[in-house]
Amino acid sequence: MNLLQDWNWSLDGWIIVAGMLCAIASALLGNFLVLRKMSMLGDAISHAVLPGLAAAFFITGTRDSLPMFVGAAVVGVLTALFTEWIRGFGKVDEGAAMGVVFTSLFAAGLVMIVQAADRVDLDPGCVLYGAIEMTPLSTVTIGAFEIPRVVIVLSTVLVVNLLAVLLFYKEFKIASFDPALATTLGINDSFMHYLLTTLVAVTAVASFEAVGNILVVAMFIVPAAAAYLCTDRLGTMIVISVIVAALSAVFGHLGAILAPQLIGYHSTNTAGMMATMAGLLFVVAALFAPRYGVVVAFVRRGALSLRILAEDVVGLLYRAEERSRTGAQLNKTSIRQVLVSRPWVTSMVLALLRRRGDLVIDHGGYSLTDQGRERARTLVRSHRLWEQYLVTTVGVVENRLHPNAEQLEHYTDTSLRTQLDEEMAHPSVDPHGTPIPAEKP
Amino acid sequence: MIAARPSLVLLLLVTATLGPSVAIADEQPTTPTSHRSITDRTVDWPTWQQWRRVLLLEDYNTRVVLLGTTLLGVAAGAVGNFTLLRKRALMGDALSHATLPGVGLAFVCTTLAGGDGKSLPVLLAGAAISGVLGLAAIMFIRNATRLKEDAALGIVLSVSFGAGIAVLGVAQQMKTGHSAGLEGFIYGKAASMGVLDAQLIGITGLIAAIVCMLLFKELRLLCFDEAFAGSRGYPVVLLDVVLMVLVVTITLVGLQAVGLILMVAMLVIPASAARFWTERMAVMAVISATIGALSALLGAGMSAVFPKLPSGAMIVLVATAGFLLSMFFGPARGIVMRAVRQWRMELKVQRHHLLRAIYELLEARGTNQVDGANGESPLVRVSELTAMRSWSSRQLGSYMRRAQSHGLVCRDDSGGVRLTRRGFKESEKLTYDHRLWELFLTRYADIAPSQVDRAADAIEHVLDAEMIAELESLLPQRNDKNVVPPSLHPTFATPSSE
Repeated sequence: MNLLQDWNWSLDGWIIVAGMLCAIASALLGNFLVLRKMSMLGDAISHAVLPGLAAAFFITGTRDSLPMFVGAAVVGVLTALFTEWIRGFGKVDEGAAMGVVFTSLFAAGLVMIVQAADRVDLDPGCVLYGAIEMTPLSTVTIGAFEIPRVVIVLSTVLVVNLLAVLLFYKEFKIASFDPALATTLGINDSFMHYLLTTLVAVTAVASFEAVGNILVVAMFIVPAAAAYLCTDRLGTMIVISVIVAALSAVFGHLGAILAPQLIGYHSTNTAGMMATMAGLLFVVAALFAPRYGVVVAFVRRGALSLRILAEDVVGLLYRAEERSRTGAQLNKTSIRQVLVSRPWVTSMVLALLRRRGDLVIDHGGYSLTDQGRERARTLVRSHRLWEQYLVTTVGVVENRLHPNAEQLEHYTDTSLRTQLDEEMAHPSVDPHGTPIPAEKP
Repeated sequence: MIAARPSLVLLLLVTATLGPSVAIADEQPTTPTSHRSITDRTVDWPTWQQWRRVLLLEDYNTRVVLLGTTLLGVAAGAVGNFTLLRKRALMGDALSHATLPGVGLAFVCTTLAGGDGKSLPVLLAGAAISGVLGLAAIMFIRNATRLKEDAALGIVLSVSFGAGIAVLGVAQQMKTGHSAGLEGFIYGKAASMGVLDAQLIGITGLIAAIVCMLLFKELRLLCFDEAFAGSRGYPVVLLDVVLMVLVVTITLVGLQAVGLILMVAMLVIPASAARFWTERMAVMAVISATIGALSALLGAGMSAVFPKLPSGAMIVLVATAGFLLSMFFGPARGIVMRAVRQWRMELKVQRHHLLRAIYELLEARGTNQVDGANGESPLVRVSELTAMRSWSSRQLGSYMRRAQSHGLVCRDDSGGVRLTRRGFKESEKLTYDHRLWELFLTRYADIAPSQVDRAADAIEHVLDAEMIAELESLLPQRNDKNVVPPSLHPTFATPSSE
C-alpha cells in the first residue's frame, strides 16, 4: 500500500513551498524576539489584529485583501506600541502589558464585528484552521509559469525580512544583547525595537491571510528557541533556526498526510502538523543539543563522576601499596567501603580500569599494573601538592585540607602541578609528613 | 471540505469568543436585520421592559450568567494577582491553548474505543491532563534549559495550538463527532451557561480563594523572592506547582464557560489594574478580585441590556476601562499620582533652595537672626538672590509668591524679601541639615569640601529626622543642635575676595 498515493507535486509541492516561505520568514525575526524576550508578541498580534480588520471593513465596505492587510498591519504595530507605552508609563511587567493590550483589542474588534456579523457571510472554521491547503488554488501567471498568489506574497515578505536582517545585522545584534551599549554606540534602540515589531506585524498579517495563524505563531518562537539551545553565536543561531523552520514545513506536510493514515483517517491539518513538527524538533534540540541539551549534560555529568571514581580507585590502591611496601591487593568490598560507592557503579569502574590495563585481578583482589601505578602517582602527587599549598600559602586549617585537595586533584594537569611545585620551592613531604611522589619515576 | 474564502481573514479567530458573544442575545428577539444595509451599525436602544428585565434580574438566564461570570471574575482576579507578580501573566493564555490537544485526543480515543466522545467528564479529563502536561513542559523549559519564561510560554502555546488543530482535523472526520461541539467546549459557550456551570465556577472559585488565603504568606514569598523562599526551606517547586494548578483549574472551568481570550483577560487585567492601587499584596488581591467581579457584572449586564454587544468582549472592555482608569488615577502607582508627587517634590526642593539662599545671604552679612520686634529678618534684595542659583526672575518670583502664601517669607514693595519667624526657623533647619551632610561626606566619604555642595544639595530634601539624628551621632562634635555649623566652602553669598 502506497501511503503517498495522493501525492501530487503541483499541489503538495506548492503547499510545502508556501509553508517553508512562511516558516523561514517568521523564524528569521523570531531569533530577535527570543533574544529580546518578546516571544509572545506573535501570539498577541494574531489576536489583536481583529479591530484593524473590522475597521478596514467598515471604512471600505468590502472584504478585499489590501484594505484588510493594511488595517491589520496598522493594528499589529499599534499592539507593540501600546504594550511599550503601558510598560513604560505604567511600569507594568512586559507580559502583563501585552496581555492587557491584546485581549482589549480583540474584545474591541469583536464588538465591532458582531455589529456586522449577521449580515456578513462568515465561515469561521475556514479562518481558524488556516488555509495553507488552499495555496495551489488561486494562482497568478507570471511569464510561462503559474505561481500561487500566496507564494508570491510570502516570497516578498521573506525577501523584505532577509534584507532587513542582513542590512541591520550588527544593529539588531548589539541592541538585542546589550541595549545600553547599543545606545552608547549611537544605535537607536527604540528604533530597532519598532523596526522589529513592524516587521513582525507585517509578516504575521501577511501570513494569516496566506496560510492561517497557526503556523506563523509557532514559527516566530519554536525554531529560534531550538537554535538558541544549539549555539552561542548569533549567525549560527539564525542559520539553524532557518533550517529547523524549513524541516518543520517539509515534515509537517508529510506528517499531515501520513500520520492520520496510521489510524485509518485522511490527512489532517497541515499548518497544525507543521507547528507540531517544530515542537518535536525543539524537543530534540532541548534533549540533545551539543552543549545545553539536557541528556547531553546528564551524560557528561555521569562520565565525569565515573572518571573521578576511577581515579579514586587507583589512588586508593597506590596508597595501600605505599603503606605495605610489598604491593597491595584490595577486593571490591573493601574498595566500596572506603569510597562509599554504589555496587554496580563500582563494578563498572573496575571493569573499565581492567580493560584500560590499569588493574589486574587475581583471586578477587585488585592490584595496580605499572601503567595504573603511573596514573595513580600523578594523582597522589597532585593531592599532596595541593595539601601542602593549601597549608603553606592559603592557610587552610588542617581538618578542611583533605576534602579540598580531594576535589582539586581531579582537575590538575602537569603544568599546574609544576607551577605548584615551583611556587613552594619543590617540597618533598605534605603537611601530614608523607612524601610527595616525584613527577617522573 | 473547507470552503476557499481567502478574504475571510476578517473573521480570524472570531470563533474564539463567538460563543460568549451570543451570551444573552438569543434570549431576546432582535430586530430582523435582513432588510438593513450592510454598513448599518446602529445599536437598538433597548426598551424599558428590556432594562427592567436585566436590572431586576427577572430572567433566569441573565441571573445565572451574571452570577457565574462574577464568581469567575473574583476567582481569576485573586489568582491572577500571584501570576502577575510572578511575571507569568500570560500563563493563562499558554495553558488555555495547552488544553486543546487533550480535548481532541480524549474525543478521538473515546470515539475509537466506542464510547461517547462528547461527554463532558471525558473532555474535561482530557483537557486537564493536557493542561498539566503543558504546565510540566513550561516548568521543564524554564528550569532545565537556558530559555526564559516568555519563550517557555510561547513554545507550549504555539505547539499545543498546532497539535490541537491537527488532532481536531482527524476528529472532524469521525462520523459521530462533527467537531462543532468540541470547539464550543474550547472556545466557550456562555450562551448556554447553565446552573451547573455557575455552580462549578462558584465551587472552584471558592476552593481557589481558600487555597490562596491559606498559602498567602508562602505564595507571596514565592512571588517576590524565590531564592529567599528556597533558603528558608519552603518547598519552592511545590508551591509553584500549586499556584499553576490553581491557574489551570480556573482556566479550565472558565474556558468552557466564557472563552479563551476572556479567560486570559480575566487573569491579567484586574491584577494589573490592582497593582496601581496599592503596594500591599493582601489589599491588591482584594482589589483585583473586586475589579474582576465588577467588570464581569457590568460587562455581562451591558450585554444583557444591549443585545448586540457580546458579553465576553464587553467584560474585557469594562475591565480595560478599569485598567486605564487605574493606570492614570491609581493612588499608589498611577501616572497622575506619580506626576503629582514629582511636582510636589519639585516645589519642596525649590522652596528649600529659596529659603537656604536667603539664609546664606543673611549669614554672609552676619545678620542671620530675626528681629525681635516684628519677627522678621533683615531685607534681602531679589537681585542678590538671582545671583545665588540659575533662577530666572520669573521663576524666582513664583517661588517667592508660593513661599509667601505659606507664610515663610514676606515680600517688600521695594523688590526685596524678608524671612518671617517661621521661615527663618525652617531655613535655619535646612542649612543645618545641608551642612551636616556636607560634614558627613567630608569625614566619612573622603570628598573634598569644595565638591560636597552639590551632593548635599541633592540629598538634603529627603533627610528625615531619624537620619539627622544618626548623622549627629556620627559627628560627635556637633552636640549643640541649635547652632548652624559654618559652611565648609565659600557659598555664593560670600563676597568674592576681590
